[in-house]
Amino acid sequence: MLGLGKKDFTLLLIVAVMTLLAPLLLNPFPESSGLAQFNAGYPDLMQRFVIFGIFAIGFNILFGLTGYLSFGHAAFLGVGSYGAMWMMKLVSLNVIPAIIMAIIVAGIFSLAVGYISLRRSGIYFSILTLAFAQMSYALAYSVLTPLTGGETGLQIKSSDTPLFSNVADGDIGRANLFGMDMRASHEVAMGDWLFTFNAGYYIAGVVMLIAFYLSIRIFRSPFGTMLRAVKSNQTRMYYTGLNARPYTLAAFVISGMYAGLAGGLLVAMDTQVGPERMFWTASGEVVLMTILGGAGTLIGPVLGSGAIKYMENILSKINKDILHEWFAFLPAGLDDFIVAIVYPFVGKGWHLTLGLIFMGVVIFLPGGLVQGGQKIGGLFRRKKASDNDSDKSTQSTPAE
Amino acid sequence: MAILEVKNVNKRFGGLQALGDVNLSVEENSVHAIIGPNGAGKSTLLNVLIGKLIPDTGSVMFDGQSVLGRKSYQINQMGISRVFQTPEIFGDLTVLENMMIPIFARRDGAFRMHALQNTFSEKGVVEQAMGMLEDLNMADKRDFHSASMSRGDKRRLEIGMCLAQEPRLLLLDEPTAGMARADTNNTIDLLKQIKEERNITIAIIEHDMHVVFSLAERITVLAQGTPLVEDTPDKIKGHPKVREAYLGESA
Repeated sequence: MLGLGKKDFTLLLIVAVMTLLAPLLLNPFPESSGLAQFNAGYPDLMQRFVIFGIFAIGFNILFGLTGYLSFGHAAFLGVGSYGAMWMMKLVSLNVIPAIIMAIIVAGIFSLAVGYISLRRSGIYFSILTLAFAQMSYALAYSVLTPLTGGETGLQIKSSDTPLFSNVADGDIGRANLFGMDMRASHEVAMGDWLFTFNAGYYIAGVVMLIAFYLSIRIFRSPFGTMLRAVKSNQTRMYYTGLNARPYTLAAFVISGMYAGLAGGLLVAMDTQVGPERMFWTASGEVVLMTILGGAGTLIGPVLGSGAIKYMENILSKINKDILHEWFAFLPAGLDDFIVAIVYPFVGKGWHLTLGLIFMGVVIFLPGGLVQGGQKIGGLFRRKKASDNDSDKSTQSTPAE
Repeated sequence: MAILEVKNVNKRFGGLQALGDVNLSVEENSVHAIIGPNGAGKSTLLNVLIGKLIPDTGSVMFDGQSVLGRKSYQINQMGISRVFQTPEIFGDLTVLENMMIPIFARRDGAFRMHALQNTFSEKGVVEQAMGMLEDLNMADKRDFHSASMSRGDKRRLEIGMCLAQEPRLLLLDEPTAGMARADTNNTIDLLKQIKEERNITIAIIEHDMHVVFSLAERITVLAQGTPLVEDTPDKIKGHPKVREAYLGESA
């Protein structure tokens, strides 16, 4: 189906259904219960899930397949955001030209950065990309202020009159898709549950599905096989008459364009951009997402970005008062003690939890969350198999 | 007719004359061995042949074209394939995928952006790769993770990958180094089979005399960067100069 194998198509289908039902699935707790703050089904966060999913999917095409670890991918995301922003300010408030512009700008920029950085490999490549990204950040912050708005960044103002959009005098234009406002939401209350279906989320979700589909096609293509060959053995590659450079450059540009697409979507959902989007921590975050989920796997980056964005937005909101509320049933004194222990891991300390989880994953599950899932799945399958045919010896696939 | 012609090649590393006035010609469709004691310049010569080192003087012509100054993948595309001392294969890939890559390379050249086709439904590529694996008696190992195979199997696969490109010259750098006896004999049998079944020139650099004398039609003995003698295996065996080079003056 769609040029995919049965397994890949099933995976795509599962992701599509999850994306479609996310507003329901992510809101499992009733509004009035104390657990309601673990609900992630609000538009702003769901948009982040899919947009950073795109960012990580693209990063995985470079890092997962070729093994080249870029530490500057946030620069492409940022450049894409600025490109989309100017498109909206000057040409049209429709998000489609803005997103296309974001992809083009990021593609050109990543071509230039990749052409230079890919002259080196390993740590030197990482440092070169990091240097470019920090350079972009510093420039956006200072000398490029006329273009980037400097510290305050860019927003759509009442003085902006895009060429093809009719904005009434004094009104602030809003991002739309052929007239549909990105912020348009439809709320459905069912008993104690409240589900929000947001136009922006679904547009970003569809784009994510397309991006995910393309990444599966790339993974399964001869081009993808060549990229894995680059990671595996460049010497053999060159002595097989293949030039590894254009392959790695193509992968770099593709992943740069994915980053640009994510940047464009961020602007489409929330029409503002600042230079901090290109800061090196943002580049590091996508590396964490990809490794946490499982580098080189199809679904890993999406899981990783989801996990990190969930913690960033949910865990960080738990403050001392909420903790006291939770542990109020404990005898006085003991609850203070428990709160004192738990507190460093939540709220502003959520990075500590992330760090511990990340260390655990890297040490015990080098294949990321995907490997964890496979292990759990394997346990069940082995149990089932031994139940079914306990007299047969376990079949093992050779050396996989 | 000589397919590979090395003329007056000199290469110096600082004070060390690694290659001094090397002249060598490899006849088409022959098996030519280059032997010599440690430090004789065998590896340096090989690196010159595949463009990894540029000689200070002299020329290296393959089929009438100079190989000097070309990139390794370009030299490969001229029709020279190389087998390494330690097998260089794509360890993260399966055996079948390993075999498909040279077939893609031959079909598509140094780079092609075929990002939306499916690797395993490309016309004829899987069939060709499987055919090659059957020739190597490795068809049953098609889904093996290639890094986890034995050294002998890796070598077999590497030679097969080189052959899949249909090269005109196959360079082998100590193909049986560090191998168990059984693996060594398997490799010799494979090379003999290749020699009989294919129109291919083989140049082999080797330490193991057993391998050399069971394969080579001509042998060049290299000592201290210079060819001592070039002759048939029978004549080389008893040659006093060769004994001297290998065993020292006193022998």
